[in-house]
Amino acid sequence: MSLAPYLLRRLGGLLLVLLVTSFIVFGLLYLAPGSPLAFILGPRGGTPEQIAAVTEQYHLDDPFLLRYVAWLGDLLRGDLGYSIVYRQDVSALISSRVGTTLALVSMAAIIIALVGIAAGTFAALRGGWGDQLTSTLAAVGLSTPSFVVGVALISVFAVGLGWFPTFGSGTGGVDTLYHLVLPAVALSVASAAYLARITRAAVLEEGGREHVQTATARGLAPGHIVRHHVLRNSLIPIVTVLGLTIATLIAGAVVVENVFALDGLGSLLVRAILQRDFAVVQAVILVLVVAFVVVNAIVDVLYTFIDPRITLGSRQ
Amino acid sequence: MTEPLLRLDDVRATLRLRGGEQTLLDGVSLTIGEGESLGLVGESGSGKSLTTRAITRMLDPAFRVTGEIAFDGASVLSMNPAALRRYRSRDVGMIFQDPRAHVNPVHRVGDFLTESLVRDRGVDRREAERRAVVLLDEVGVRNPEQRLRQYPHELSGGLLQRVMIASVLLAEPRLILADEPTTALDVTAQSDVMAILEEQRRARGLALLFITHDLELAAACCDRLAVMYAGQIVEQGEHVYEAPSHPYTIELLGARPSIDERVDRLPVLRYDRATHELLKAEAS
Ligand SMILES: Nc1ncnc2c1ncn2[C@@H]1O[C@H](COP(=O)(O)OP(=O)(O)O)[C@@H](O)[C@H]1O
Ligand SMILES: [Mg+2]
Repeated sequence: MSLAPYLLRRLGGLLLVLLVTSFIVFGLLYLAPGSPLAFILGPRGGTPEQIAAVTEQYHLDDPFLLRYVAWLGDLLRGDLGYSIVYRQDVSALISSRVGTTLALVSMAAIIIALVGIAAGTFAALRGGWGDQLTSTLAAVGLSTPSFVVGVALISVFAVGLGWFPTFGSGTGGVDTLYHLVLPAVALSVASAAYLARITRAAVLEEGGREHVQTATARGLAPGHIVRHHVLRNSLIPIVTVLGLTIATLIAGAVVVENVFALDGLGSLLVRAILQRDFAVVQAVILVLVVAFVVVNAIVDVLYTFIDPRITLGSRQ
Repeated sequence: MTEPLLRLDDVRATLRLRGGEQTLLDGVSLTIGEGESLGLVGESGSGKSLTTRAITRMLDPAFRVTGEIAFDGASVLSMNPAALRRYRSRDVGMIFQDPRAHVNPVHRVGDFLTESLVRDRGVDRREAERRAVVLLDEVGVRNPEQRLRQYPHELSGGLLQRVMIASVLLAEPRLILADEPTTALDVTAQSDVMAILEEQRRARGLALLFITHDLELAAACCDRLAVMYAGQIVEQGEHVYEAPSHPYTIELLGARPSIDERVDRLPVLRYDRATHELLKAEAS
Protein backbone atom coordinates (compact mmCIF):
# COMPACT_ATOMS: atom_id res chain seq x y z
CA MET A 1 0.00 0.00 0.00
CA SER A 2 1.36 3.42 -0.81
CA LEU A 3 1.41 6.32 1.58
CA ALA A 4 -1.57 8.41 0.45
CA PRO A 5 -4.33 5.76 0.66
CA TYR A 6 -2.79 4.53 3.86
CA LEU A 7 -2.94 7.96 5.46
CA LEU A 8 -6.51 8.34 4.25
CA ARG A 9 -7.41 5.06 5.92
CA ARG A 10 -5.67 6.08 9.11
CA LEU A 11 -7.51 9.39 9.02
CA GLY A 12 -10.79 7.49 8.68
CA GLY A 13 -9.76 5.36 11.65
CA LEU A 14 -8.87 8.46 13.64
CA LEU A 15 -12.25 10.04 12.94
CA LEU A 16 -13.99 6.85 14.02
CA VAL A 17 -12.01 6.70 17.26
CA LEU A 18 -12.78 10.35 17.87
CA LEU A 19 -16.46 9.80 17.28
CA VAL A 20 -16.58 6.95 19.77
CA THR A 21 -14.43 8.81 22.28
CA SER A 22 -16.45 11.97 21.98
CA PHE A 23 -19.60 9.99 22.61
CA ILE A 24 -18.10 8.39 25.72
CA VAL A 25 -16.68 11.67 26.96
CA PHE A 26 -19.96 13.38 26.36
CA GLY A 27 -21.93 10.56 27.93
CA LEU A 28 -19.74 10.59 31.07
CA LEU A 29 -21.29 13.83 32.10
CA TYR A 30 -24.65 12.11 32.26
CA LEU A 31 -23.35 9.02 34.00
CA ALA A 32 -22.18 11.12 36.91
CA PRO A 33 -24.58 10.87 39.84
CA GLY A 34 -27.22 13.58 40.14
CA SER A 35 -28.42 15.82 37.37
CA PRO A 36 -25.84 17.29 35.02
CA LEU A 37 -26.79 20.67 36.27
CA ALA A 38 -26.07 19.80 39.89
CA PHE A 39 -22.87 18.07 38.82
CA ILE A 40 -21.62 21.08 36.93
CA LEU A 41 -22.65 23.72 39.39
CA GLY A 42 -21.58 21.68 42.41
CA PRO A 43 -23.30 21.15 45.74
CA ARG A 44 -23.83 24.88 46.29
CA GLY A 45 -26.09 25.16 43.27
CA GLY A 46 -25.97 28.37 41.31
CA THR A 47 -27.62 31.62 40.59
CA PRO A 48 -30.54 31.53 38.15
CA GLU A 49 -28.33 33.18 35.53
CA GLN A 50 -25.69 30.47 35.94
CA ILE A 51 -28.35 27.78 35.71
CA ALA A 52 -29.68 29.38 32.56
CA ALA A 53 -26.19 29.71 31.08
CA VAL A 54 -25.29 26.08 31.82
CA THR A 55 -28.64 24.82 30.55
CA GLU A 56 -28.07 26.81 27.37
CA GLN A 57 -24.45 25.74 26.87
CA TYR A 58 -25.08 22.04 27.39
CA HIS A 59 -28.43 22.12 25.64
CA LEU A 60 -29.81 20.51 28.77
CA ASP A 61 -33.39 20.99 27.69
CA ASP A 62 -32.88 18.84 24.58
CA PRO A 63 -32.96 15.05 24.49
CA PHE A 64 -29.57 13.34 25.02
CA LEU A 65 -28.79 12.39 21.43
CA LEU A 66 -29.79 15.76 20.11
CA ARG A 67 -27.52 17.42 22.66
CA TYR A 68 -24.69 15.14 21.61
CA VAL A 69 -25.19 16.02 17.95
CA ALA A 70 -25.30 19.72 18.75
CA TRP A 71 -22.10 19.44 20.78
CA LEU A 72 -20.46 17.49 17.98
CA GLY A 73 -21.51 20.13 15.51
CA ASP A 74 -19.89 22.80 17.70
CA LEU A 75 -16.72 20.71 17.85
CA LEU A 76 -16.56 20.41 14.10
CA ARG A 77 -16.81 24.16 13.75
CA GLY A 78 -13.81 24.43 16.09
CA ASP A 79 -15.95 25.53 19.02
CA LEU A 80 -14.80 23.49 21.98
CA GLY A 81 -17.22 25.24 24.30
CA TYR A 82 -16.89 27.83 27.00
CA SER A 83 -15.22 27.36 30.37
CA ILE A 84 -17.52 28.37 33.19
CA VAL A 85 -14.57 28.61 35.58
CA TYR A 86 -12.11 30.58 33.42
CA ARG A 87 -14.83 32.49 31.57
CA GLN A 88 -12.90 31.91 28.40
CA ASP A 89 -13.23 29.86 25.21
CA VAL A 90 -11.93 26.37 25.81
CA SER A 91 -9.98 26.44 22.55
CA ALA A 92 -8.11 29.54 23.76
CA LEU A 93 -7.45 27.87 27.11
CA ILE A 94 -6.07 24.79 25.45
CA SER A 95 -3.97 26.50 22.83
CA SER A 96 -2.25 28.60 25.50
CA ARG A 97 -1.25 25.43 27.40
CA VAL A 98 -0.66 22.83 24.73
CA GLY A 99 2.88 24.14 24.13
CA THR A 100 4.04 23.41 27.67
CA THR A 101 2.76 19.84 27.54
CA LEU A 102 4.19 19.31 24.08
CA ALA A 103 7.60 20.55 25.18
CA LEU A 104 7.47 18.45 28.34
CA VAL A 105 6.48 15.27 26.52
CA SER A 106 9.01 15.84 23.71
CA MET A 107 11.82 16.43 26.17
CA ALA A 108 10.85 13.33 28.14
CA ALA A 109 10.64 11.29 24.93
CA ILE A 110 14.17 12.34 23.96
CA ILE A 111 15.50 11.47 27.42
CA ILE A 112 13.72 8.10 27.33
CA ALA A 113 15.07 7.25 23.90
CA LEU A 114 18.66 8.27 24.67
CA VAL A 115 18.92 6.83 28.17
CA GLY A 116 16.81 3.72 27.55
CA ILE A 117 18.57 2.65 24.37
CA ALA A 118 22.05 3.46 25.68
CA ALA A 119 21.51 1.68 29.01
CA GLY A 120 19.88 -1.37 27.43
CA THR A 121 22.60 -1.71 24.81
CA PHE A 122 25.29 -1.27 27.43
CA ALA A 123 23.73 -3.96 29.64
CA ALA A 124 23.40 -6.43 26.77
CA LEU A 125 26.87 -5.91 25.31
CA ARG A 126 28.83 -5.40 28.52
CA GLY A 127 27.23 -8.26 30.47
CA GLY A 128 28.54 -9.09 33.92
CA TRP A 129 28.46 -6.26 36.48
CA GLY A 130 27.31 -3.72 33.89
CA ASP A 131 24.25 -5.84 33.20
CA GLN A 132 23.58 -6.37 36.91
CA LEU A 133 23.88 -2.68 37.69
CA THR A 134 21.67 -1.59 34.81
CA SER A 135 19.04 -4.20 35.57
CA THR A 136 18.94 -3.20 39.24
CA LEU A 137 18.63 0.49 38.38
CA ALA A 138 15.93 -0.34 35.85
CA ALA A 139 13.98 -2.32 38.44
CA VAL A 140 14.16 0.59 40.88
CA GLY A 141 13.22 3.13 38.20
CA LEU A 142 10.35 1.03 36.99
CA SER A 143 8.80 0.68 40.43
CA THR A 144 9.08 4.31 41.52
CA PRO A 145 6.02 6.45 40.72
CA SER A 146 6.73 9.64 38.83
CA PHE A 147 5.43 11.91 41.59
CA VAL A 148 7.89 10.34 44.05
CA VAL A 149 10.72 10.90 41.55
CA GLY A 150 9.44 14.45 41.06
CA VAL A 151 9.40 15.27 44.74
CA ALA A 152 12.85 13.72 45.19
CA LEU A 153 14.23 15.73 42.26
CA ILE A 154 12.77 18.95 43.62
CA SER A 155 14.21 18.42 47.09
CA VAL A 156 17.68 17.50 45.80
CA PHE A 157 18.26 19.59 42.67
CA ALA A 158 15.90 22.51 43.20
CA VAL A 159 15.70 23.07 46.97
CA GLY A 160 18.96 21.40 48.03
CA LEU A 161 21.45 22.28 45.32
CA GLY A 162 19.47 25.12 43.81
CA TRP A 163 20.41 24.15 40.27
CA PHE A 164 16.87 24.18 38.94
CA PRO A 165 13.68 26.10 39.67
CA THR A 166 11.18 24.37 41.95
CA PHE A 167 8.07 25.04 39.93
CA GLY A 168 6.48 26.90 37.05
CA SER A 169 6.98 26.86 33.31
CA GLY A 170 9.30 29.87 33.02
CA THR A 171 8.98 32.81 30.72
CA GLY A 172 9.24 31.03 27.37
CA GLY A 173 12.07 29.87 25.12
CA VAL A 174 15.23 28.61 26.79
CA ASP A 175 13.90 29.54 30.21
CA THR A 176 10.92 27.23 29.71
CA LEU A 177 13.19 24.39 28.61
CA TYR A 178 15.27 25.01 31.73
CA HIS A 179 12.14 24.88 33.87
CA LEU A 180 11.09 21.66 32.17
CA VAL A 181 14.30 19.69 32.83
CA LEU A 182 13.33 18.25 36.21
CA PRO A 183 9.71 17.54 35.23
CA ALA A 184 10.89 15.81 32.05
CA VAL A 185 13.33 13.67 34.04
CA ALA A 186 10.59 12.75 36.52
CA LEU A 187 8.30 11.85 33.66
CA SER A 188 10.91 9.71 31.90
CA VAL A 189 12.42 7.60 34.69
CA ALA A 190 9.97 4.68 34.62
CA SER A 191 9.65 4.62 30.83
CA ALA A 192 13.42 4.87 30.32
CA ALA A 193 13.85 1.92 32.68
CA TYR A 194 11.27 -0.06 30.74
CA LEU A 195 12.84 0.83 27.40
CA ALA A 196 16.24 -0.20 28.77
CA ARG A 197 14.84 -3.64 29.56
CA ILE A 198 13.24 -4.00 26.16
CA THR A 199 16.42 -2.81 24.41
CA ARG A 200 18.56 -5.22 26.41
CA ALA A 201 16.37 -8.17 25.48
CA ALA A 202 16.19 -7.09 21.82
CA VAL A 203 19.95 -6.60 21.50
CA LEU A 204 20.61 -10.01 23.06
CA GLU A 205 18.13 -11.65 20.74
CA GLU A 206 19.28 -9.88 17.58
CA GLY A 207 22.92 -10.42 18.51
CA GLY A 208 22.34 -14.17 18.42
CA ARG A 209 20.88 -14.21 14.90
CA GLU A 210 22.54 -16.20 12.15
CA HIS A 211 23.09 -13.15 9.96
CA VAL A 212 25.21 -11.67 12.73
CA GLN A 213 27.40 -14.78 12.44
CA THR A 214 27.67 -14.10 8.73
CA ALA A 215 28.85 -10.58 9.47
CA THR A 216 31.40 -11.90 11.97
CA ALA A 217 32.58 -14.55 9.53
CA ARG A 218 33.16 -11.79 6.98
CA GLY A 219 35.56 -10.10 9.37
CA LEU A 220 33.51 -6.92 9.77
CA ALA A 221 34.44 -4.63 12.65
CA PRO A 222 32.58 -5.40 15.90
CA GLY A 223 31.34 -1.80 16.21
CA HIS A 224 29.93 -1.90 12.70
CA ILE A 225 28.20 -5.21 13.40
CA VAL A 226 26.60 -3.84 16.57
CA ARG A 227 25.34 -0.71 14.82
CA HIS A 228 24.29 -2.04 11.42
CA HIS A 229 23.10 -5.50 12.28
CA VAL A 230 22.29 -5.76 15.97
CA LEU A 231 20.98 -2.32 16.95
CA ARG A 232 19.48 -1.64 13.55
CA ASN A 233 17.42 -4.83 13.76
CA SER A 234 16.52 -4.20 17.40
CA LEU A 235 14.79 -0.99 16.35
CA ILE A 236 11.49 -2.75 15.73
CA PRO A 237 10.77 -3.66 19.36
CA ILE A 238 12.44 -0.44 20.51
CA VAL A 239 10.25 1.78 18.33
CA THR A 240 7.13 -0.12 19.34
CA VAL A 241 7.79 0.48 23.01
CA LEU A 242 8.92 4.04 22.44
CA GLY A 243 5.73 4.80 20.53
CA LEU A 244 3.50 3.30 23.20
CA THR A 245 5.51 5.10 25.85
CA ILE A 246 5.16 8.50 24.24
CA ALA A 247 1.45 7.91 23.93
CA THR A 248 1.19 7.13 27.64
CA LEU A 249 3.46 10.05 28.55
CA ILE A 250 0.63 12.29 27.49
CA ALA A 251 -1.39 10.85 30.36
CA GLY A 252 1.64 10.71 32.66
CA ALA A 253 2.12 14.44 32.13
CA VAL A 254 -1.05 15.02 34.17
CA VAL A 255 0.69 13.89 37.35
CA VAL A 256 4.04 15.55 36.71
CA GLU A 257 2.54 18.88 35.69
CA ASN A 258 0.73 18.97 39.01
CA VAL A 259 3.81 18.09 41.05
CA PHE A 260 5.81 20.85 39.34
CA ALA A 261 2.92 23.29 38.98
CA LEU A 262 3.30 23.57 35.23
CA ASP A 263 0.50 25.21 33.30
CA GLY A 264 0.04 22.43 30.77
CA LEU A 265 -2.92 20.38 29.62
CA GLY A 266 -2.47 17.89 32.47
CA SER A 267 -2.83 20.40 35.25
CA LEU A 268 -5.67 22.04 33.35
CA LEU A 269 -7.46 18.70 33.17
CA VAL A 270 -7.07 17.97 36.89
CA ARG A 271 -8.29 21.42 37.86
CA ALA A 272 -11.16 21.20 35.42
CA ILE A 273 -12.24 17.88 36.91
CA LEU A 274 -12.06 19.24 40.46
CA GLN A 275 -13.97 22.35 39.46
CA ARG A 276 -16.44 20.43 37.28
CA ASP A 277 -15.53 22.54 34.30
CA PHE A 278 -16.91 19.92 32.01
CA ALA A 279 -16.40 21.62 28.66
CA VAL A 280 -12.69 21.75 29.49
CA VAL A 281 -12.57 18.12 30.61
CA GLN A 282 -14.22 16.97 27.40
CA ALA A 283 -11.94 19.05 25.20
CA VAL A 284 -8.69 18.08 26.93
CA ILE A 285 -9.55 14.38 26.80
CA LEU A 286 -10.32 14.69 23.11
CA VAL A 287 -6.99 16.40 22.49
CA LEU A 288 -5.17 13.64 24.38
CA VAL A 289 -6.94 10.96 22.37
CA VAL A 290 -6.03 12.66 19.10
CA ALA A 291 -2.39 12.84 20.21
CA PHE A 292 -2.44 9.16 21.17
CA VAL A 293 -3.86 8.05 17.85
CA VAL A 294 -1.51 10.28 15.86
CA VAL A 295 1.56 8.94 17.67
CA ASN A 296 0.45 5.39 16.93
CA ALA A 297 -0.04 6.20 13.26
CA ILE A 298 3.46 7.69 13.10
CA VAL A 299 4.90 4.53 14.67
CA ASP A 300 3.13 2.42 12.06
CA VAL A 301 4.63 4.45 9.24
CA LEU A 302 8.06 4.23 10.88
CA TYR A 303 7.83 0.44 10.90
CA THR A 304 7.81 0.28 7.15
CA PHE A 305 11.10 2.17 7.07
CA ILE A 306 12.64 0.02 9.77
CA ASP A 307 11.56 -3.37 8.48
CA PRO A 308 11.19 -3.76 4.71
CA ARG A 309 9.20 -6.95 5.23
CA ILE A 310 6.37 -4.91 6.73
CA THR A 311 4.22 -3.02 4.25
CA LEU A 312 1.93 -0.15 5.16
CA GLY A 313 -1.33 -1.40 6.60
CA SER A 314 -0.20 -5.03 6.90
CA ARG A 315 0.36 -4.67 10.61
CA GLN A 316 -2.81 -3.71 12.38
CA MET B 1 56.69 -31.34 1.88
CA THR B 2 55.24 -27.87 1.37
CA GLU B 3 52.78 -26.46 3.86
CA PRO B 4 49.13 -26.95 2.73
CA LEU B 5 46.79 -23.97 2.61
CA LEU B 6 44.83 -25.19 5.62
CA ARG B 7 46.03 -27.69 8.17
CA LEU B 8 44.11 -28.97 11.18
CA ASP B 9 46.18 -31.02 13.53
CA ASP B 10 44.55 -32.94 16.37
CA VAL B 11 41.91 -30.25 16.92
CA ARG B 12 39.80 -30.81 19.99
CA ALA B 13 36.83 -28.72 21.03
CA THR B 14 35.66 -29.34 24.55
CA LEU B 15 32.52 -27.88 26.00
CA ARG B 16 32.77 -27.10 29.67
CA LEU B 17 29.55 -28.02 31.38
CA ARG B 18 28.49 -27.92 35.00
CA GLY B 19 28.48 -31.70 35.18
CA GLY B 20 31.86 -32.15 33.50
CA GLU B 21 33.22 -31.87 29.99
CA GLN B 22 31.96 -32.92 26.60
CA THR B 23 34.42 -33.35 23.78
CA LEU B 24 32.59 -32.52 20.56
CA LEU B 25 35.59 -32.38 18.23
CA ASP B 26 37.84 -35.25 19.16
CA GLY B 27 41.19 -34.91 17.49
CA VAL B 28 40.30 -33.71 13.98
CA SER B 29 43.23 -33.64 11.55
CA LEU B 30 42.91 -32.69 7.92
CA THR B 31 44.64 -30.67 5.23
CA ILE B 32 43.43 -28.78 2.20
CA GLY B 33 45.92 -27.72 -0.44
CA GLU B 34 45.73 -24.58 -2.59
CA GLY B 35 42.91 -25.04 -5.12
CA GLU B 36 41.95 -28.40 -3.69
CA SER B 37 38.48 -29.49 -2.63
CA LEU B 38 37.76 -31.68 0.35
CA GLY B 39 34.34 -33.15 0.97
CA LEU B 40 33.46 -33.58 4.64
CA VAL B 41 30.60 -36.03 5.11
CA GLY B 42 28.95 -37.48 8.16
CA GLU B 43 25.59 -37.78 9.82
CA SER B 44 23.96 -34.82 11.44
CA GLY B 45 25.50 -34.00 14.81
CA SER B 46 28.85 -35.53 13.93
CA GLY B 47 30.66 -32.19 14.24
CA LYS B 48 30.91 -30.95 10.66
CA SER B 49 29.61 -27.46 11.41
CA LEU B 50 31.72 -27.27 14.55
CA THR B 51 34.76 -27.99 12.36
CA THR B 52 34.03 -24.98 10.12
CA ARG B 53 33.43 -22.85 13.18
CA ALA B 54 36.74 -23.96 14.62
CA ILE B 55 38.48 -23.06 11.35
CA THR B 56 37.10 -19.49 11.48
CA ARG B 57 37.52 -19.38 15.26
CA MET B 58 33.84 -18.75 15.69
CA LEU B 59 33.08 -21.39 18.30
CA ASP B 60 31.13 -20.24 21.30
CA PRO B 61 33.48 -18.96 24.05
CA ALA B 62 32.25 -21.86 26.20
CA PHE B 63 34.40 -24.18 24.07
CA ARG B 64 38.03 -24.85 24.81
CA VAL B 65 39.89 -25.49 21.58
CA THR B 66 43.26 -27.19 21.49
CA GLY B 67 45.47 -28.52 18.73
CA GLU B 68 46.75 -26.63 15.75
CA ILE B 69 44.84 -24.79 13.02
CA ALA B 70 47.19 -23.26 10.50
CA PHE B 71 46.22 -21.20 7.49
CA ASP B 72 49.07 -20.68 5.07
CA GLY B 73 51.42 -21.38 7.95
CA ALA B 74 49.83 -18.87 10.34
CA SER B 75 48.32 -20.22 13.53
CA VAL B 76 44.65 -19.25 13.59
CA LEU B 77 44.22 -19.96 17.29
CA SER B 78 46.90 -17.45 18.25
CA MET B 79 45.89 -14.59 15.93
CA ASN B 80 45.20 -11.21 17.57
CA PRO B 81 41.78 -9.61 16.89
CA ALA B 82 43.03 -7.54 13.94
CA ALA B 83 44.76 -10.49 12.28
CA LEU B 84 41.70 -12.65 12.89
CA ARG B 85 39.42 -10.10 11.20
CA ARG B 86 41.79 -9.87 8.28
CA TYR B 87 41.91 -13.65 8.00
CA ARG B 88 38.09 -13.91 8.06
CA SER B 89 37.70 -11.06 5.65
CA ARG B 90 40.34 -11.96 3.03
CA ASP B 91 41.38 -15.59 3.39
CA VAL B 92 38.28 -17.64 4.06
CA GLY B 93 34.72 -17.26 2.87
CA MET B 94 31.76 -18.95 4.53
CA ILE B 95 28.67 -20.15 2.70
CA PHE B 96 25.94 -21.15 5.11
CA GLN B 97 23.14 -23.64 4.89
CA ASP B 98 20.21 -21.28 5.20
CA PRO B 99 20.71 -18.07 3.22
CA ARG B 100 17.37 -16.72 4.44
CA ALA B 101 18.59 -16.68 8.03
CA HIS B 102 22.15 -15.75 7.21
CA VAL B 103 21.45 -12.53 5.31
CA ASN B 104 20.21 -9.55 7.30
CA PRO B 105 16.59 -9.00 6.20
CA VAL B 106 16.55 -5.24 6.78
CA HIS B 107 19.33 -4.27 4.36
CA ARG B 108 19.21 -4.35 0.59
CA VAL B 109 20.91 -7.14 -1.34
CA GLY B 110 23.33 -4.55 -2.70
CA ASP B 111 24.33 -3.47 0.81
CA PHE B 112 24.97 -7.07 1.77
CA LEU B 113 27.15 -7.65 -1.26
CA THR B 114 29.20 -4.48 -0.99
CA GLU B 115 29.42 -4.21 2.79
CA SER B 116 32.84 -5.81 3.20
CA LEU B 117 34.40 -4.11 0.21
CA VAL B 118 33.21 -0.67 1.24
CA ARG B 119 33.88 -1.10 4.96
CA ASP B 120 37.12 -3.02 5.04
CA ARG B 121 38.77 -2.68 1.65
CA GLY B 122 38.26 1.00 1.02
CA VAL B 123 36.51 0.33 -2.30
CA ASP B 124 34.10 3.15 -3.11
CA ARG B 125 30.42 2.25 -3.31
CA ARG B 126 30.05 2.71 -7.08
CA GLU B 127 32.97 0.46 -7.82
CA ALA B 128 31.81 -2.12 -5.27
CA GLU B 129 28.35 -2.17 -6.87
CA ARG B 130 29.87 -2.54 -10.30
CA ARG B 131 31.85 -5.56 -9.11
CA ALA B 132 28.75 -6.99 -7.42
CA VAL B 133 26.78 -6.71 -10.66
CA VAL B 134 29.51 -8.52 -12.57
CA LEU B 135 29.62 -11.31 -10.01
CA LEU B 136 25.85 -11.69 -9.78
CA ASP B 137 25.86 -12.08 -13.53
CA GLU B 138 28.57 -14.73 -13.31
CA VAL B 139 26.65 -16.78 -10.75
CA GLY B 140 23.62 -16.69 -13.01
CA VAL B 141 21.47 -14.00 -11.41
CA ARG B 142 19.46 -12.18 -14.04
CA ASN B 143 18.78 -8.41 -13.82
CA PRO B 144 21.62 -7.95 -11.33
CA GLU B 145 21.24 -4.14 -11.14
CA GLN B 146 17.63 -4.55 -10.09
CA ARG B 147 18.51 -7.26 -7.55
CA LEU B 148 20.88 -4.89 -5.76
CA ARG B 149 17.91 -2.64 -4.93
CA GLN B 150 15.75 -5.49 -3.63
CA TYR B 151 15.44 -6.83 -0.13
CA PRO B 152 16.34 -10.44 0.75
CA HIS B 153 12.72 -11.46 1.33
CA GLU B 154 11.94 -10.56 -2.27
CA LEU B 155 14.35 -13.24 -3.55
CA SER B 156 13.87 -17.02 -3.63
CA GLY B 157 16.08 -19.27 -1.54
CA GLY B 158 18.08 -20.42 -4.55
CA LEU B 159 18.60 -16.85 -5.71
CA LEU B 160 19.64 -15.76 -2.25
CA GLN B 161 22.16 -18.59 -2.02
CA ARG B 162 23.66 -17.35 -5.31
CA VAL B 163 23.87 -13.92 -3.73
CA MET B 164 25.66 -15.52 -0.78
CA ILE B 165 28.09 -17.24 -3.13
CA ALA B 166 28.67 -13.97 -4.99
CA SER B 167 29.33 -12.18 -1.69
CA VAL B 168 32.00 -14.74 -0.85
CA LEU B 169 33.60 -14.57 -4.30
CA LEU B 170 33.64 -10.76 -4.11
CA ALA B 171 36.00 -10.95 -1.15
CA GLU B 172 38.41 -13.03 -3.29
CA PRO B 173 39.28 -15.54 -0.55
CA ARG B 174 41.64 -18.48 -0.99
CA LEU B 175 39.45 -20.98 0.81
CA ILE B 176 35.69 -21.42 0.78
CA LEU B 177 33.91 -23.21 3.61
CA ALA B 178 30.53 -24.36 2.36
CA ASP B 179 28.38 -25.85 5.11
CA GLU B 180 25.59 -27.82 3.42
CA PRO B 181 25.04 -24.97 0.95
CA THR B 182 22.17 -26.70 -0.83
CA THR B 183 20.39 -28.53 1.98
CA ALA B 184 17.88 -25.76 2.66
CA LEU B 185 17.02 -25.25 -1.02
CA ASP B 186 14.40 -27.00 -3.08
CA VAL B 187 15.55 -29.81 -5.33
CA THR B 188 15.73 -27.88 -8.61
CA ALA B 189 17.75 -25.08 -7.04
CA GLN B 190 20.11 -27.56 -5.36
CA SER B 191 21.88 -28.82 -8.47
CA ASP B 192 22.02 -25.34 -10.03
CA VAL B 193 23.61 -23.79 -6.98
CA MET B 194 26.05 -26.66 -6.60
CA ALA B 195 27.06 -26.44 -10.26
CA ILE B 196 27.65 -22.71 -10.01
CA LEU B 197 29.71 -23.00 -6.86
CA GLU B 198 31.86 -25.72 -8.39
CA GLU B 199 32.27 -23.88 -11.70
CA GLN B 200 33.29 -20.59 -10.06
CA ARG B 201 35.62 -22.30 -7.63
CA ARG B 202 37.47 -24.15 -10.39
CA ALA B 203 37.69 -21.06 -12.58
CA ARG B 204 39.31 -19.15 -9.75
CA GLY B 205 41.40 -21.99 -8.38
CA LEU B 206 39.95 -21.66 -4.88
CA ALA B 207 40.23 -24.32 -2.23
CA LEU B 208 36.97 -25.69 -0.85
CA LEU B 209 35.81 -27.47 2.24
CA PHE B 210 32.47 -28.86 1.17
CA ILE B 211 30.23 -30.14 3.94
CA THR B 212 27.31 -32.39 3.17
CA HIS B 213 25.65 -35.54 4.31
CA ASP B 214 25.34 -36.61 0.66
CA LEU B 215 28.31 -38.89 0.08
CA GLU B 216 27.69 -39.24 -3.64
CA LEU B 217 27.48 -35.51 -4.21
CA ALA B 218 30.71 -35.03 -2.28
CA ALA B 219 32.39 -37.82 -4.23
CA ALA B 220 31.25 -36.31 -7.50
CA CYS B 221 32.66 -32.84 -6.95
CA CYS B 222 35.54 -33.14 -4.49
CA ASP B 223 39.13 -34.21 -4.93
CA ARG B 224 39.18 -35.98 -1.60
CA LEU B 225 36.68 -37.11 1.02
CA ALA B 226 36.77 -37.15 4.79
CA VAL B 227 34.18 -39.10 6.76
CA MET B 228 33.25 -37.85 10.19
CA TYR B 229 31.63 -39.68 13.06
CA ALA B 230 31.17 -38.49 16.65
CA GLY B 231 33.63 -35.63 16.36
CA GLN B 232 36.32 -37.72 14.71
CA ILE B 233 37.43 -38.21 11.15
CA VAL B 234 37.22 -41.96 10.73
CA GLU B 235 38.58 -42.14 7.21
CA GLN B 236 39.86 -39.76 4.55
CA GLY B 237 41.55 -39.89 1.18
CA GLU B 238 41.04 -39.91 -2.57
CA HIS B 239 39.49 -43.34 -2.82
CA VAL B 240 37.06 -43.37 0.07
CA TYR B 241 34.08 -43.63 -2.25
CA GLU B 242 35.45 -46.36 -4.51
CA ALA B 243 37.24 -48.32 -1.83
CA PRO B 244 35.99 -47.53 1.67
CA SER B 245 37.91 -49.22 4.45
CA HIS B 246 36.24 -48.08 7.67
CA PRO B 247 33.14 -50.04 8.77
CA TYR B 248 31.12 -46.84 9.17
CA THR B 249 31.89 -45.66 5.64
CA ILE B 250 31.20 -49.09 4.21
CA GLU B 251 27.83 -49.17 5.89
CA LEU B 252 27.09 -45.57 4.86
CA LEU B 253 27.83 -46.45 1.24
CA GLY B 254 25.90 -49.70 1.42
CA ALA B 255 22.90 -47.95 2.86
CA ARG B 256 22.43 -45.47 0.05
CA PRO B 257 19.20 -46.09 -1.80
CA SER B 258 19.55 -47.66 -5.21
CA ILE B 259 18.27 -45.60 -8.10
CA ASP B 260 15.13 -47.59 -8.85
CA GLU B 261 14.18 -48.05 -5.23
CA ARG B 262 12.14 -45.31 -3.64
CA VAL B 263 12.87 -44.69 0.02
CA ASP B 264 10.44 -43.17 2.43
CA ARG B 265 12.82 -42.99 5.33
CA LEU B 266 16.53 -43.01 5.80
CA PRO B 267 17.91 -46.47 6.52
CA VAL B 268 18.97 -47.16 10.08
CA LEU B 269 22.66 -47.87 10.39
CA ARG B 270 23.87 -50.61 12.68
CA TYR B 271 27.06 -48.66 13.30
CA ASP B 272 26.58 -46.82 16.58
CA ARG B 273 28.51 -45.18 19.39
CA ALA B 274 29.23 -48.48 21.11
CA THR B 275 30.68 -50.02 17.94
CA HIS B 276 32.65 -46.80 17.44
CA GLU B 277 34.18 -46.91 20.93
CA LEU B 278 34.99 -50.61 20.54
CA LEU B 279 36.80 -50.04 17.24
CA LYS B 280 38.71 -47.10 18.72
CA ALA B 281 39.84 -49.25 21.64
CA GLU B 282 40.96 -52.03 19.30
CA ALA B 283 42.89 -49.62 17.12
CA SER B 284 44.93 -48.17 19.94
N1 LIG C 1 27.08 -24.21 21.01
C1 LIG C 1 26.91 -25.52 21.28
N2 LIG C 1 26.69 -25.92 22.54
C2 LIG C 1 26.50 -27.22 22.85
N3 LIG C 1 26.55 -28.20 21.95
C3 LIG C 1 26.76 -27.88 20.67
C4 LIG C 1 26.95 -26.51 20.26
N4 LIG C 1 27.13 -26.50 18.93
C5 LIG C 1 27.06 -27.78 18.54
N5 LIG C 1 26.84 -28.60 19.56
C6 LIG C 1 26.74 -30.07 19.52
O1 LIG C 1 27.86 -30.55 18.82
C7 LIG C 1 27.52 -31.65 18.00
C8 LIG C 1 28.01 -31.43 16.60
O2 LIG C 1 27.29 -30.33 16.03
P1 LIG C 1 27.45 -29.86 14.52
O3 LIG C 1 28.87 -29.60 14.24
O4 LIG C 1 26.52 -28.73 14.31
O5 LIG C 1 26.93 -31.13 13.71
P2 LIG C 1 26.76 -31.30 12.14
O6 LIG C 1 27.71 -32.37 11.75
O7 LIG C 1 25.35 -31.74 11.95
O8 LIG C 1 27.05 -29.99 11.49
C9 LIG C 1 26.03 -31.81 18.09
O9 LIG C 1 25.76 -32.91 18.93
C10 LIG C 1 25.55 -30.53 18.70
O10 LIG C 1 24.44 -30.78 19.52
MG1 LIG D 1 25.70 -28.69 10.48
